[in-house]
Amino acid sequence: MSKITRHDSAHKHVAGTSTYSDDIILPENTLHAYAGLSTCANGTITSKDFTAVLDMAGVVDVLHADNLPRNIDLSPTGQNDEPLFAKDKVEFYGQPIFAVIAKTRDIARRAAQLAEITYNEASNAIDVLDAEAQNYPNVTAPLTLQRGDVDSAMQNAPHKLEGEMRIGGQDHFYLEGQIAIAIPGEDDDLTIYTSTQHPSEAQHMVAHALDIPFSSITTKVRRMGGGFGGKESQSNFFAVVTGISAHKHRVPVKMRPDRDDDMISTGKRHDFVARYKIGFDDKGVIQAVDGNFLARCGYTSDLSGPVTDRSLFHADSSYYYENVRLQSHPLKTNTVSNTAFRGFGGPQGMLAGERFIEEIAYALGEDPLTIRKRNFYGTDDRNITPYHQVLCDNISAKIVDELEDSSEYQKRREAIIEFNKQNPILKKGIALTPVKFGISFTATWYNQAGALVHVYKDGSIALNHGGTEMGQGLFTKVAQVVAEEFSVDVECVKITETTTDKVPNTSATAASSGSDLNGMAALDAAQKIKARLINFACEKYQVTSDQVTFENNHILIGNEKIPFGDFTASAYMERVQLSDTGFYKTPEIHWNRETGRGNPFYYFAYGASCSEVIIDSLTGEYKISRVDILHDVGSSLNAELDIGQIEGGFIQGMGWLTTEELWWDDKGRLRTHAPSTYKIPLASDIPDEFNVKLATWSKNVKPTIKRSKAVGEPPFMLANSVLEALSMAVASHKNYKVCPSLNAPATPEEVLMAIERLNKG
Amino acid sequence: MNIQFHLNDTTVELSNFSPDLTLLDYLRLERGMTGSKEGCAEGDCGACTVLVGRLNSCGELTYESVNGCIRFMGSLNACHIVTIEHLRGKDGELHPVQQAMVDCHGSQCGFCTPGFIMSLYGLWLSNPTPSREEVEQALQGNLCRCTGYAPILRAMDVISKNADAKSDPLYQERERIKAALSHMEQQDDITIHHAKGDTLIPKDSQSLAKMLDANPNATIIAGSTDVGLWVSKHMKDIAPIIFINHLKDLQTIEDTDSHLKLGAGVTYSDAQTAILDNFPQLQDLFFRIGGQQVRNMGTIGGNIANGSPIGDTPPPLITLGASVELESVAGTRSLPLEEFFIEYGKQDRARNEFVKSITIPKLAENEILTCYKISKRKDEDISALCWAIWVRLDGELIADIRIAMGGMAGTPKRATAVETALKANPFTLDTCEAAMDAFEQDYAPLSDWRASSDYRMLVSKNLLKRFYLEQSGGSLVQLGDCK
Repeated sequence: MSKITRHDSAHKHVAGTSTYSDDIILPENTLHAYAGLSTCANGTITSKDFTAVLDMAGVVDVLHADNLPRNIDLSPTGQNDEPLFAKDKVEFYGQPIFAVIAKTRDIARRAAQLAEITYNEASNAIDVLDAEAQNYPNVTAPLTLQRGDVDSAMQNAPHKLEGEMRIGGQDHFYLEGQIAIAIPGEDDDLTIYTSTQHPSEAQHMVAHALDIPFSSITTKVRRMGGGFGGKESQSNFFAVVTGISAHKHRVPVKMRPDRDDDMISTGKRHDFVARYKIGFDDKGVIQAVDGNFLARCGYTSDLSGPVTDRSLFHADSSYYYENVRLQSHPLKTNTVSNTAFRGFGGPQGMLAGERFIEEIAYALGEDPLTIRKRNFYGTDDRNITPYHQVLCDNISAKIVDELEDSSEYQKRREAIIEFNKQNPILKKGIALTPVKFGISFTATWYNQAGALVHVYKDGSIALNHGGTEMGQGLFTKVAQVVAEEFSVDVECVKITETTTDKVPNTSATAASSGSDLNGMAALDAAQKIKARLINFACEKYQVTSDQVTFENNHILIGNEKIPFGDFTASAYMERVQLSDTGFYKTPEIHWNRETGRGNPFYYFAYGASCSEVIIDSLTGEYKISRVDILHDVGSSLNAELDIGQIEGGFIQGMGWLTTEELWWDDKGRLRTHAPSTYKIPLASDIPDEFNVKLATWSKNVKPTIKRSKAVGEPPFMLANSVLEALSMAVASHKNYKVCPSLNAPATPEEVLMAIERLNKG
Repeated sequence: MNIQFHLNDTTVELSNFSPDLTLLDYLRLERGMTGSKEGCAEGDCGACTVLVGRLNSCGELTYESVNGCIRFMGSLNACHIVTIEHLRGKDGELHPVQQAMVDCHGSQCGFCTPGFIMSLYGLWLSNPTPSREEVEQALQGNLCRCTGYAPILRAMDVISKNADAKSDPLYQERERIKAALSHMEQQDDITIHHAKGDTLIPKDSQSLAKMLDANPNATIIAGSTDVGLWVSKHMKDIAPIIFINHLKDLQTIEDTDSHLKLGAGVTYSDAQTAILDNFPQLQDLFFRIGGQQVRNMGTIGGNIANGSPIGDTPPPLITLGASVELESVAGTRSLPLEEFFIEYGKQDRARNEFVKSITIPKLAENEILTCYKISKRKDEDISALCWAIWVRLDGELIADIRIAMGGMAGTPKRATAVETALKANPFTLDTCEAAMDAFEQDYAPLSDWRASSDYRMLVSKNLLKRFYLEQSGGSLVQLGDCK
């Protein structure tokens, strides 16, 4: 399967001819919507005056909570806590209050500045610790994962320590911002072009908003200019505003916020405070973990429930906790409602898990890698997770051993310790950290997918499925699956846009599940058609099915070799059905949130990375000198695309842990709301030496599509080694005897201040 | 009246356009050329990158990458705008730069890709076999969120190996385009009226002085790397606009034994050789100012004239004792650059004056210059602080000293207390360490998203130590020392 196949749109990307939503040619009478945002972080609205807005030439309408036909709510989990527009109270600086509809985007945007909204401002809680101090509620029910007797194990442990770690949030910074275009049709019909990872949800939201059947709304997305989780639920606002205004005015309506407004008014990765107590023995083997995970969820629940759940699912990283209690605290804050982002809480949980190891290692004066190995899950014993799922595919040790070897970790660590002795200002650090990431939606019903495959008379194939393309190469991989099933060139498979009128009731393209689910569904459809073709061949040529093979764009029947297109043409003449749907649901998984027990994950993806850094102890500046990665994608569907996900995921994770800092002022204004102030990695930030390899020996133990493994999210967490390498460089100032408690993101300032804390402490 | 330019292979005459019409909006909304993307509308992501060819002050045709989202149409008379749509051959085959990106899997979501292609193309035209460092410099103004850049860097290697710049259409058509652009160069002042205000394009600096005198409320735009955001982000009404980026008599570079004099309209890129030849100490800082597109558009004159407290050129220029020359219809006057900055948002410039040139004295043998920029991200970031020092040594003694910093006050500001603590003392670690606390007398920096007040202060002090250690040549003190 794993031959070089380029991204299906690569040639269009480089030519500038791939169409994104903003490139769609609009009907002449299209109107444009622009949202007006709250300038108060918490308070009641005392008045709304839109006179000046409506007086501006070119303004057609203002939509706001008081003139909507019904209450419209955007909660993706049915909690009814997220009004489309703030009505009487605002709960974050940047919350949409109204939308201007005007003849051009420029007019709508300028007019939105003219509304006069007054507030009665109340005190606010921007930070998660503020929320805790002010007894802010949880936005959704917290979760506890528990196994064993934590309290007595902690009491009896030879060593105990406790600590706290701040883990920053992250803006998605998809290069293409949020956008939607709604075009009215007959009756109540609406077609919505939008950049979304979840077309079905956009469809449902718009239908709910208009109180019309789902079948009236069609959502379409050919491609996104990046998603990363930021277009799972956050795109709904734009779909709904354009949908209701197009429905009201019977003309197309387009909405595209400026980058600043996009970053201010749409959710991000949750930042966390992890508080922990760890009990361990002389060897550093963990006996008890008691962890509390406080998350800044923002003003509504959005996806914070499943996100904070997943942070607990991954707080074990790759380690066996004999006695464990993990609790989530999904706290409400007066900030934008945080949302899905690659890893979905997993990275935050896993980073805390790595901090536990680091704490133990520095306390015992050992190499953290030694402590890691002593705590790895076993294969036959010590293999039960805090959620009581038995790990049945554990390859952590093998991956880590192989990388330790190929990266020459031990030799380099020794050299680094020597370097640090010689150099008072520049200090180096190295760390090797593992990744184990559970694959499946924890919302079990999401683990289903549909596909539609047409074989036309001429043998050309049209493929459609519920997955969306955001750059990850999903369309390419699924097309490869179908092409291989019919043994035709992948170019024979026409990739078509995701649209809710071809495959209904789809799940979000999220949780790394895209190829697992849609690949299997497409395979199912292709297999049904193929079975009919074989049947037809058997009848027509009077052969048995074992005499019919598909090979190299042909069908071989006995001694006859027929071009695929000729054969499908004759099948049509004999009235063979050449189109079918496919369906897949992931087997074996179940999860009971009430008891904290189940098998939420079908399988796990593994990996490890080794990062070396150098820091400047006078300024906290640093650079990443070398990174080695060994990652498990099972039997790869497309090695080049997989490596792209690994390299890209790693650098995105590195950004999260280094320069990407979200900063709110005391009024609750996000001041890092554009690339001028929010710094994602550049080409010059990537490691000087960057070696990425696939664990080619790995095969998924579960019968996934071609025994491959999901690759979207797991590599993100490979970046954990960067933070820990920085930590080691800082720790050199106290001869590696004190864990530096480096928080994320480790900006140059955080690195310098960690050195200061060490020197003063 | 109208402006004339070449757009790919078409000659365009444009009249009656809004003074703040950006190149990107013109391409996407008025021409339907959607290959160039809007990612940020502030010149920081590079998705809108196009090439602009122009005849420089030596009459050479140069193509440079620019940000279409903050470049105004009024600045493009007699230019050749080259967009992603121009790269493919007549029968649709990909350009070698495009093909290499395909072959190396350099695109994922593809939204940033046209911008990357244009930046790589611009680099390759001027430097077909760049080092990795040069590639990284050329890509400082392009963000990619999917690939992690590794395949894009690999693509540039392939381009260098496989592609022959001489076979490129822009190379082959050079003379024809040169002639066409030269023909378009304006002979007279251009004024374009529009309901939203006037676009004023003077033919030389004398006309500029007159226009400014007649329109004292006009916004002067050279590179538009700052003013562009007033429009794209703040929707500010800035008409009438006087464009000066094309004025050859503001693009002069005078390099004498005693000083370097830069016309206010010289872009960073045009000044690069002169600055780095004379002040190699500024190499690190220079390539950390904006991204390549910003250095291609922005001018040092603009960096000074806008009076920003976080501009990166004033601190080293102040320590060097640079002076600024202002001109108006009444004549010219000169003042020390330091005095130009009065307070936050206020400079010593009358409404009818414009910055004409900057004169930078050269270093004598016993003079040392060093500049450090500290920012959250190394490249294409605004300084948390910019730290510059100039020292004249007399044997072991610090005979004279100037320290200036950006990011520490409402203007670029001297550290006079630190200077006093150091002056006339031997240049030793003890002297420097003893002087460190004096930074607290000089500055009371703010806490903001770029850095906390504590960090700014601590680093200010530590950088004096770094400066000493670097000069005394003992241990490794900068990341760049450690290859």
